[in-house]
Amino acid sequence: MSTDAHGDHAGHHEDHGHGDAHGHGTLRDYVTGFILAAILTAIPFWLVMTDALGDNQLTALVIMGFAVAQVVVHMIYFLHMNARSEGGWTIMALIFTIVLVVIALTGSLWVMYHLNTNMMPMSPHDMSQMP
Amino acid sequence: MTVESTMENQYAALSPIFGRLSLESLPLHEPILVATFAAVALGSIALVGALTYFRLWGYLWKEWFTTVDHKRIGIMYMILGLVMLLRGFADAVMMRLQQAMAFNGSEGYLTAHHYDQVFTAHGVIMIFFVAMPFVTGLMNYVVPLQIGARDVSFPYLNNFSFWMTTAGAVLVMFSLFIGEFARTGWLAYPPLSNIGYSPDVGVDYYIWALQIAGVGTLLSGVNLVATIVKMRAPGMSMMKMPVFTWTALCTNVLIVAAFPVLTAVMALLSLDRYVGTNFFTNDFGGSPMMYVNLIWIWGHPEVYILILPLFGVFSEVTSTFTGKRLFGYTSMVYATVVITILSYIVWLHHFFTMGSGASVNSFFGITTMVISIPTGAKLFNWLFTMYRGRIRFELPMMWTVAFMLTFVVGGMTGVLLAVPPADFVLHNSLFLIAHFHNVIIGGVLFGLFAAINYWFPKAFGFRLDPFWGKVSFWAWVVGFWLAFMPLYVLGLMGVTRRMRVFDDPSLQIWFVIAAFGAALIAIGIAAMLVQFAVSYLKRDQLRDTTGDPWNGRTLEWSTSSPPPDYNFAFTPVIHDLDAWYDMKSRGYVRPTGGYRPIHMPKNTGTGVILAALSLGCGFGLVWYIWWLAALSFAGVLAVAIGHSFNYKRDFYIPAETVEKTEDERTRLLAAGA
Amino acid sequence: MADTSLTMTQSGAPRFHLEEEHHHAEGGSTMLGFWIYLMSDCLIFAILFACYGVLGGNYAAGPSPRDLFDLPLVALNTTMLLFSSITYGFAMLAMEKGAIGRTQGWLAITGLFGAAFLGIELYEFAHLIHEGATPQRSAFLSSFFTLVGTHGLHVTFGIVWLVTLMVQVARRGLIPANRRRLMCLSLFWHFLDVIWIGVFTFVYLMGMLR
Repeated sequence: MSTDAHGDHAGHHEDHGHGDAHGHGTLRDYVTGFILAAILTAIPFWLVMTDALGDNQLTALVIMGFAVAQVVVHMIYFLHMNARSEGGWTIMALIFTIVLVVIALTGSLWVMYHLNTNMMPMSPHDMSQMP
Repeated sequence: MTVESTMENQYAALSPIFGRLSLESLPLHEPILVATFAAVALGSIALVGALTYFRLWGYLWKEWFTTVDHKRIGIMYMILGLVMLLRGFADAVMMRLQQAMAFNGSEGYLTAHHYDQVFTAHGVIMIFFVAMPFVTGLMNYVVPLQIGARDVSFPYLNNFSFWMTTAGAVLVMFSLFIGEFARTGWLAYPPLSNIGYSPDVGVDYYIWALQIAGVGTLLSGVNLVATIVKMRAPGMSMMKMPVFTWTALCTNVLIVAAFPVLTAVMALLSLDRYVGTNFFTNDFGGSPMMYVNLIWIWGHPEVYILILPLFGVFSEVTSTFTGKRLFGYTSMVYATVVITILSYIVWLHHFFTMGSGASVNSFFGITTMVISIPTGAKLFNWLFTMYRGRIRFELPMMWTVAFMLTFVVGGMTGVLLAVPPADFVLHNSLFLIAHFHNVIIGGVLFGLFAAINYWFPKAFGFRLDPFWGKVSFWAWVVGFWLAFMPLYVLGLMGVTRRMRVFDDPSLQIWFVIAAFGAALIAIGIAAMLVQFAVSYLKRDQLRDTTGDPWNGRTLEWSTSSPPPDYNFAFTPVIHDLDAWYDMKSRGYVRPTGGYRPIHMPKNTGTGVILAALSLGCGFGLVWYIWWLAALSFAGVLAVAIGHSFNYKRDFYIPAETVEKTEDERTRLLAAGA
Repeated sequence: MADTSLTMTQSGAPRFHLEEEHHHAEGGSTMLGFWIYLMSDCLIFAILFACYGVLGGNYAAGPSPRDLFDLPLVALNTTMLLFSSITYGFAMLAMEKGAIGRTQGWLAITGLFGAAFLGIELYEFAHLIHEGATPQRSAFLSSFFTLVGTHGLHVTFGIVWLVTLMVQVARRGLIPANRRRLMCLSLFWHFLDVIWIGVFTFVYLMGMLR
């Protein structure tokens, strides 16, 4: 009997002898994922190396978009994330972690940016030259 | 001295064998430490001698040190917490004495060098090696029993976690007699904690003790989350979990989410100190305030890690001793979850004065105040549970009531501090000290004492003596109010924390009152130790043969006291939130036959060995004894990999053994009835 | 309720205990436990990224990303890691079929790609240090070396683990315990790849745009 046979879900569980409910990919999954990942890696490198968009800010936004897309591709095709594995606990843990990562990252940037503008009013360029 | 020259000199003139350890590292010139060392050494010799004389080493090693039983590991955590409480409290008494004496030109009896170590050690020990082991031990002991499991998900890992925590504690204790401890305050803010200003071993002891203990805490968090998610007995859906298990789940989620941050920050600080990187330095683009920012991302969740499980304890105790189902179970669960998430977006209130400006400060001020809403909801739930209940004022309930009265005051001063303009006045003052002692002693410690009195009969099979328990209760509660209310007053008068001497003689009376409070607390602690001893001597009168001394409501009371190794002869099936109350009220008959062999994990000594090697590694790193650090680290890797080649980690308790144990219980129950 | 046999007896009375031993399948919590551990590891990286985000512009009048980073080399490195990801996937597919030889073969190839990744990274580090761009030079370089180096340390640990597992599979075959371990390492390996996406995007590519 699978170990996630608890509570209300007691009835409908898969019969995995070793109790892992993590999905396994097929060859097709892996190859699709690989091709997508390769494309999603190649384009940002190309964009930055050739300066195809001609605008740094725009390029940064675009490659961030590509990074997010590639993370999703890896999650689906390589890590086999879905809403069903382990009774939804893995995806919940992932979402919770992403929320915390976003809080810690944006929070730190926001807090420290305001500190710098308030306490050390100078341009980023001056900042980078501070000994 | 500039930072660069320190970096250059840092590794010069090191002995290849002893690093920077030499005879001068022993604090022979400090009479207080020499006396302490003599006392500790004599005590240790007596203890070791007694253990050898009574031939207990084999028993201890086989039955306790190498155990993977969550109950025994839980008890060992509690013992660790208790021992370290004595150390941490000794530091507290020294501070109170110093501050009460150092007036009118008197320097007191502690040098600045020593005093700074004392307040740092007090904070570090109380949080990391008293509160954390207590809380982890409690969850370890109670959670598997409450969810009807035989053990945690990863029993071997559990043993390893305990020993890592212990290794961290041992490293801190080393600093008492070999070298010195940090003189930076409990969070070791740079630039003070950087190598330029703290070139000694103190901060290194701090870093490695926390890193080693942090590994244990993190893994134990992972373990308990997996246990609660995967090991619940059939029928126990999430909303039928006991409240303590719910709060334990949220706590461990917080541990898993917060402790990696501490690990990372400590690693960065150690890179600054050992390699000369520039994360938190004043020059080369480093930013000390980044350290403060990062460490509080861990630090604020940490205080909820400490208090949440105790909220669970108060819920269990209130419902048991009023003989009623907990009022507002669902709201209690949601309040806990909301606190868990909110605790992650308030960290900046610890450094409003940093200068991030109005927008940032008001955001974090508001989120902080919002936390008081779910917390208040919890308090009302307890009150409504008590309302029109048949309250039995046993010791756990007394502690709960004392908690409610004390914690509310601490909570309100907390909301006061959450207002940024008020915080600019009160920041770093004794008002803050009074506030967090008010919530940590009034919440965490009172909760722990409630829990110890509540679950002690479950763990040992006899109740704790109520007379000495009450002596301890009154001494603690009155002592707490006497010791910390003066600090609120002093804080409002503008006295800052961590002061060693004072100029204004009119302040002295408040410090004297606080010192009397500390003396009362000392009586409370002594009475508690007496309570344990007296209860042990009177154990036959206090014996609990039913397994359910308080007319409890949750599953742990359905098995014997103390529970057998396998916890439950048959896995329970749950229909209702108060599972055991449900079973009792529906005429559940305990089965007396048809036992099956029970699958259990085997003991292992690997955890002890790994922790000992980690301790060696930490000690080597503190003293720059590179060969020791490298060898120990290689040893850790080798032993861990070697252990993974052992596939036989379980065994079966035969049905006959189960039958024998259960028949004994049947006999006891019949004799009691 | 679907499964009344568990909670009720035949006659419909509530059942308060299971008569048969309730098996929590051995290792049934392992995958979830390991995943939770990975999530905590993710937060370590989050802090290192936060440091890089905050301190990454503080060059202290020293070299900036533009002066230092060699994008073709990073692209090569990324390729190595991406290849190692799909070869690990092939190892898992072979494991599913129970083919020990093919599993071991793909694992070995994965390890080699991992080692190549590490080699290139070490070459890059050596080159930077040789040019005077040491971790001590500026907060930017401190956070750069720490973030990328921590990822590299994880890959190193992954390779040690991979070799250990290859020995264990050779000794005992693809028994359930070993399969479970291979699946844990699979999560770890692909997780490191996900972290690398963040590294090459935020550190290298966006560093060039500063």
